[in-house]
Amino acid sequence: MRASLFITCYNDTLYPETGRAVVALLERLGVELDFHPKQTCCGQMHANTGFRGEAYSQAKRFVQLYRDTETVVVPSSSCVAMIRDQYPGLFEELGNETLRSDFKALLPRVFELSEFLIDQLGIDDVGAYFPHRVVYHASCHGVRALHLGDRPYRLLAKVRGLDLATLPNVERCCGFGGTFSVKNAEVSSAMMAAKLQDVVSTGAEYCTALDNSCLMHLGGAMHRQYAAMKTIHLAQILAATESCPVEALA
Amino acid sequence: MTQPAPNHVVLDPRFAPPFPEGALNVLRNPQLRKNVAHAIDVIQSKRGKLVAEKTDWQELRTAASALRAHVLENLDTYLEEFEARCTAAGGQVHWAADARQARQIILGLLRQEGAREVIKIKTMTSGEIQLNPFLEAHGIKTYETDLAEIILQLGDEEPSHIVVPALHVNRAQVREIFARRMGLEHLSDDPQALTAAARTYLRQKFLTIPTAISGANFLVAETGAVAVVESEGNGRMCLTLPRAMITLAGIEKVLPRFDDLEVMLQLLARSATGERMNPYTSLWTGITPGDGPQRFHVVLLDNGRSAMLRRPVERQTLKCIRCAACMNACPVYRQTGGHAYGSVYPGPIGAILTPQLMHLHHAQTLPYASSLCGACYEVCPVKINIPQVLLELRSQVTNQERHQVARFLDPMYLGLRVANLLFARAWRFHLAQRLGRIGIRLFTRKDGWIHSLPGIGGKWTQTRDLRGFPRQTFHEWWAARDKEAK
Repeated sequence: MRASLFITCYNDTLYPETGRAVVALLERLGVELDFHPKQTCCGQMHANTGFRGEAYSQAKRFVQLYRDTETVVVPSSSCVAMIRDQYPGLFEELGNETLRSDFKALLPRVFELSEFLIDQLGIDDVGAYFPHRVVYHASCHGVRALHLGDRPYRLLAKVRGLDLATLPNVERCCGFGGTFSVKNAEVSSAMMAAKLQDVVSTGAEYCTALDNSCLMHLGGAMHRQYAAMKTIHLAQILAATESCPVEALA
Repeated sequence: MTQPAPNHVVLDPRFAPPFPEGALNVLRNPQLRKNVAHAIDVIQSKRGKLVAEKTDWQELRTAASALRAHVLENLDTYLEEFEARCTAAGGQVHWAADARQARQIILGLLRQEGAREVIKIKTMTSGEIQLNPFLEAHGIKTYETDLAEIILQLGDEEPSHIVVPALHVNRAQVREIFARRMGLEHLSDDPQALTAAARTYLRQKFLTIPTAISGANFLVAETGAVAVVESEGNGRMCLTLPRAMITLAGIEKVLPRFDDLEVMLQLLARSATGERMNPYTSLWTGITPGDGPQRFHVVLLDNGRSAMLRRPVERQTLKCIRCAACMNACPVYRQTGGHAYGSVYPGPIGAILTPQLMHLHHAQTLPYASSLCGACYEVCPVKINIPQVLLELRSQVTNQERHQVARFLDPMYLGLRVANLLFARAWRFHLAQRLGRIGIRLFTRKDGWIHSLPGIGGKWTQTRDLRGFPRQTFHEWWAARDKEAK
């Protein structure tokens, strides 16, 4: 199978190790991976802050860039949610017929990473080895926008050596919310404190998620508070094997 | 109306502080936060159990959503039908275009009754039009009869929730308020003792004040009936003893048929208080000679609602049945409680309703008072896509503000405008990444982390560190790997 990786702007800039892990993982599973060098951003930050015109130009750019692509894989559930939930409204309001029909054809070929693994490749055992206690943070967009359901848990359950902790209040938001984290910094921090208490209570060594944005927020707080826990994108856990542990991919 | 004194909670969007500021006042009050989180968690777990036992919950939501949407499509028809039926049954219907008009109508009716005092069934709509302070200023004393509203009225507090308005007050605080205001020095904080004290206080009001004001949960067009659901029986008392009843209702509260209550009532109690059915559901149609109030008025309030009706995305706000499930599910509300929203309508529904009631002249920070987590939409019994409306309002606020000179150098606006230019071309984005990587080194400590940033970045680093930028972006790594392969 061929697939093109949409890495997302912040993963490209801040979390390249997640991208490298996706490459290692998918190539190991026999996917022929491609990377469009002109990609930038899906427009989520602008759309969620109220900059609709700007969000539209980035959305349009995304569709034009990927319209002939067989399959697009995105290691970020909030960016996929942006494409699925917000692009239709933007194109309805600001786009033309060509753009709308290009988008309509492209949309069923855009997948979040866990969707791609489970639904497209039909694999839940990716052959990973990660001998650590891990807690999974179910990000809001994964749960309520993409309805990922048990997909991430099925993937984690098959990772050898992994001890999965149960997170209390798993579906409660961590408080990141994009520009919300600076526009309402104090409220965002209060929400983060509540989430962190639950996460730390599990005694896990790693907190994982399908969104590095939540992890940047939680991980930043863990580092500030000298917490004995690290954050790691799920792709990095799934990419890790006995012969190639997570450190080798970092 | 004059501007309220500082330090007092302001539930008037015209004078309330911006949301982040209002929230800060609450975040600094650990007792209040504890009270809110505890109360919310109790309601949420009750709701969760009762929703789970309904196998047709999603079908009910779909039916209710379709029903409410249908009402909004045909609002004029159903309101006129309601008016005709209510009038035929002996009621009198009044139309109020805005809050000022509604207040004047109600004052006129009370004067007609010669009322110096009035008892009230809990109505958030009266808070929307600032009715109590207005009546008090015109020499009419108002007495709330809902237990939570009594606590707030006697304690000089403001409601922080639309179903459980005194949710932020705990038992010890209730005892203190009652002891002080009712002159009951030795009152214990035992719930039974507290309700007994409230009952004694209330009985005297019920028996001596012949005029009442209510809100409405629903208006039934088919029969001209008004429906109020409640838990304490105070509503039933207000519908039995007084000689005159004035009902204030938003124009969106109408339902086509009596049978529609079947769907709505199943959803309302479960969503609101986590009960299968609320203890008291009262319906009254006009007047019944010799039974209950003999003069009955309905004041139908627009106050910005028909403007909302004209807008395709925002219109769904009016589907709301005020169950408060959204605020109970909201992780922001759980931290801030209701006062931060500066309106009688807090939480996610307040964040979309209040700015629209203000025609976006006030409360512009409310659409941003959400992390867009979607929990509100998931629980809404009438499927209001609150995140979608929040985004629509954010876009309107941005369009309002973006041309203001003061916003030109606002870091958020500047940053997003620049980011848009960068994202338009890959080379620009890549150049910015390289420059950013160099610039950020100034702030990166030896441990590879950023502990403090200037300006807007400082909002991030006040509670969080940020990992320093990696030496190589992903696309650089990919390009290098590609080259090697060739």
